[in-house]
Amino acid sequence: MNKKQLLVIALAAGGLAFSKQVIDSFTGFKKPGNFPDAIYHFKTNAITEAKFELGRKLFYEPRFSRDNTVSCGTCHIQSAAFTHHGHDVSHGIDDRLGKRNSPPIMNLAWGKTFFWDGGVFDLDLQPIVPITNPVEMDETMDNVLNKLRNHRDYPGLFKQAFGSAVINAERVMKALSQFMVMLVSANSKYDSVMRKQGVRFTAAEQQGYALFKTHCGSCHKEPLFTDESFRDNGIGAGPNNDEGRYLVTLNDTDKYKFKVPGLRNLSYTAPYMHDGRFITLRAVLEHYTSHIKNTPNLDPLLKPTGAPGLKLTAAEQSNIITFLLTLNDKDFITDKRFSEP
Amino acid sequence: MITIAAFIIMMSLQAHKEEPKGAEPTIGAKAILSIEFDNIVGEQNLQLNTGAYTNGSGENYSVSLLQYFISNISVKKADGTVYTVPQDSSYFLIKESDPAARYAKVQVPEGEYSSITFVLGVDSLRSTMDISKRTGVLEPSGGMEDGMYWGWNSGYIFFKFEGTSPHAPVDPTGQHKFRYHIGGFGGYAAPTINNIRTITIDLTAAGNAKVRSGRVSNVHLLVDLAKLFNGSTTVRIAANPTVMFSAYSANIADNFNNMFRHDHTEN
Repeated sequence: MNKKQLLVIALAAGGLAFSKQVIDSFTGFKKPGNFPDAIYHFKTNAITEAKFELGRKLFYEPRFSRDNTVSCGTCHIQSAAFTHHGHDVSHGIDDRLGKRNSPPIMNLAWGKTFFWDGGVFDLDLQPIVPITNPVEMDETMDNVLNKLRNHRDYPGLFKQAFGSAVINAERVMKALSQFMVMLVSANSKYDSVMRKQGVRFTAAEQQGYALFKTHCGSCHKEPLFTDESFRDNGIGAGPNNDEGRYLVTLNDTDKYKFKVPGLRNLSYTAPYMHDGRFITLRAVLEHYTSHIKNTPNLDPLLKPTGAPGLKLTAAEQSNIITFLLTLNDKDFITDKRFSEP
Repeated sequence: MITIAAFIIMMSLQAHKEEPKGAEPTIGAKAILSIEFDNIVGEQNLQLNTGAYTNGSGENYSVSLLQYFISNISVKKADGTVYTVPQDSSYFLIKESDPAARYAKVQVPEGEYSSITFVLGVDSLRSTMDISKRTGVLEPSGGMEDGMYWGWNSGYIFFKFEGTSPHAPVDPTGQHKFRYHIGGFGGYAAPTINNIRTITIDLTAAGNAKVRSGRVSNVHLLVDLAKLFNGSTTVRIAANPTVMFSAYSANIADNFNNMFRHDHTEN
């Protein structure tokens, strides 16, 4: 055995020892027990600690914006379940306003399409939109890549994650996807009840849950609380006449339809709807009972008796809200793995 | 165990070495076929910004930007044999602003070809592939100026044509611009417009391509923008100064086919 062979063996042994250590501290992507299989294509982007950590650093990197002021984390704040709490529409670069409410980033590994209109079908292609949008980050991918290449730390971090210091769009997108798919929210009271972890709903929560399943659950499908479909819920066009899904399909029957949003972490994500028009959950419930507009594409499920509107008493609405609050996941918004590094 | 680790390392080194090699079947010696896209406007050569043109509806205009994707090239011999260029080597972005980016150069088996076929745009399969399969000109970057990608509605812009005309309304920058960004691969989760157009050019009249090693056969095509305004639909700048992702864009895509004609071949 010559010296070269010995070196190879030493390296191999070292590598094995190192990967053992990684497995101990980094668990990768884990499907919660009460969730279906994830949809994200892990086979072309297998989760590793180095890629996840790089994605985390990139998520909080303001160099993605033209003047290095806006990062993903600017409008997707962890304490607000990764949305822009308190803003109907977000303000991006130079405080320019967008046209839609920034959605929370959670459980994206189960997303079939992204954005309120579903215009993006692969999470790896999602970040291009805010980066190049003139009212969000107003930057080009080429500039972003050059800024990262000229940065003190990034070439080394890409080498650690991908095996070489090359920084290209694919690697940036895949690292960001790793961070985003790891943002799993599945530790609410509801989840503990469903996983039979010794927790029980209160009477009001239980009643609310039963009402929810009857009146809301077919679109807000458990356990993700969305069926990923696009529907017109009768809120009517806002001042900017946003036509929603129609802009992507050019199909008249898609006019004013928007993605059914998930309902986890509602206490942290107000305001609600695609344009953030409702500040409270009470306003949302009142909409569904009393203010639905009979628009041409109104979802038939919202006309259970022929006329628009769900039949819910004030007490029933309160119980539904009580149930919805069991979907808050404090662990998710305080998880150190997801905070700004 | 140590032997196994060393073996794994050796294997992975081996695998790495072999990566760049393609898995194409061998069909005789290959040589370069070049397809030149020479953009013109009617009787004039296209000159960005300085050229002054009039379309079939009598509208004056000048051109500031023209670029388009050419992909999925195949060639056919007189006996009907078709050779399709491996897809990974078959995407080209033709840019009027860059003299080097007016050619699509591909490797095809030696022989005499009497027709060529290509796609104006990017096929739906590639438009939905993993980002690792979208390198080079296909890298999604979505810049506002010369970017060829729509981020908000994932897909490539196949054909981007911009200019100024007194018939276009004034925009916020004070310019009278017209902008035609034509794309749409048919939709991913739901069907929508499909503006992918396949174009076949017969070479027999103006000269077959004789592809031989050591030589470059260059098929010189003229691409006439005047025909963009006058095909199955007459496009008027005044009526449609901005055409992007809309139903009307299919009318412009339908005019693509007539834009291409074979002028000559340099063998």
